[in-house]
Amino acid sequence: MDLTLKIWRQKDSNAKGQMVDYKVTEISEHMSFLEMMDVLNEQLVNSGEEPVAFDHDCREGICGMCSLYINGEAHGPDRGVTTCQLHMRMFKDGDTITIEPWRAAAFPVIKDLVVDRMSFERIQHAGGYISVNTSGNTQDANSLPISKHAADEAMDAATCIGCGACVATCKNSSAMLFVGAKVSQYALLPQGQVEAADRVKNMVAQMDLEGFGNCTNTGACEVECPKGISLDNIARMNRELMKAALK
Amino acid sequence: MNGFFKSSIGRKVAMALSAFFLMFFLLQHLAINLLSVFSPELFNEVSHFMGTNPLVQFALQPVLIFGVVFHFIMGFILELKNKKANGVAYAKNNGAANSSWVSRNMIWSGVAILAFIILHFIDFWFPEINTKFIKGDWSGTMAGVEGYRYYEELIHKFVNPIRVGAYVLAFVFLGLHLAHGFTSAFQSMGGTAGRKKTLQTLGKAYSILVPLGFVFVALYHFFNH
Repeated sequence: MDLTLKIWRQKDSNAKGQMVDYKVTEISEHMSFLEMMDVLNEQLVNSGEEPVAFDHDCREGICGMCSLYINGEAHGPDRGVTTCQLHMRMFKDGDTITIEPWRAAAFPVIKDLVVDRMSFERIQHAGGYISVNTSGNTQDANSLPISKHAADEAMDAATCIGCGACVATCKNSSAMLFVGAKVSQYALLPQGQVEAADRVKNMVAQMDLEGFGNCTNTGACEVECPKGISLDNIARMNRELMKAALK
Repeated sequence: MNGFFKSSIGRKVAMALSAFFLMFFLLQHLAINLLSVFSPELFNEVSHFMGTNPLVQFALQPVLIFGVVFHFIMGFILELKNKKANGVAYAKNNGAANSSWVSRNMIWSGVAILAFIILHFIDFWFPEINTKFIKGDWSGTMAGVEGYRYYEELIHKFVNPIRVGAYVLAFVFLGLHLAHGFTSAFQSMGGTAGRKKTLQTLGKAYSILVPLGFVFVALYHFFNH
């Protein structure tokens, strides 16, 4: 298929960016979206132009590196997939595809489609861990009784890959789905409950410090999340913070 | 509790608490309005009680005014903060793909409700304050009207079709605001898990029936007087 691409180009974080039109031809419907971007970049390199910078790593939907706001949606029009898992069969010959970086004040553009997501790392550093040395003395997984329900919910929350689609799609640029998932995965398990109060307070404080917006419960994040992280995690985080505040 | 209400989640909780209070107030207001349809005498009695009881006037009324003002001011503050968090606007953004129009436009349904409240205050609240607190007339009576004056004042407000139209339109916006706001308030309080279906049904019922009740009262008096 032949496509017109409208891509955000920005030289560096200080430069003023703009949308630039490109044409790509003979794109296979079996290609992933990132492979289509590779074709474009090869074309640009061959013609002596600067290739489009975009984030990617594992290309199998587990690392959380790829991003891209495609035709007005985080990770494109498909559901439950990252951009690297998005297939070109979702598009038609002759389509115009708009490709933009994640937009949020807390995710500044570094170059073209690459944004700085270190704000997520700093939130994790504020409390997304348990203070236990597990190296070399790992206990048997069944030594602590954990209900199947709690284990499943914690596992679901832990599938968050921290890609930032929730922030990108939120009309308020809120990071509450991400932080809610990280708070939940520990709050649901006995190992995490020991430090639960400090964790939620510190992570929420860091989230606010980074300049993310406030959640208004539109639910857009849950729909666009490639891992299907549920809004219930935000509700749980709210409960955890209320509990911590009353302590 | 140190700093809780300064955090983003604390502000959500504060919005939700004021919303619960306002939603409870709406039910009480609707119940009294409906009395005007079924029994003008009872409507007059209850209105006089609400308008002259010291507990209602000097304790509940200030709390209500605080609740309304707080909900609006906090709503605007949060909207401004959220806009600041956005950064550069998307060239193409398909919000309809993942969220409802009402959930994305709470600020606009809120502004419409604010405009209505101003009209409502000019119609009812300011004249009441003027009669009671400036003229000092707490009798609840009016020259030329037998018994209390409240029913007579009410039906006179629903004669002008433009005013009735504005009231009906305002309650459409209230319904839109509640269609998202009802469940959203529960979510902000951390109360969704496992109860989503019940809450959504309750939210739908509340956001349709309550505004419809107010519209019914306005239209009833418009067509019957």
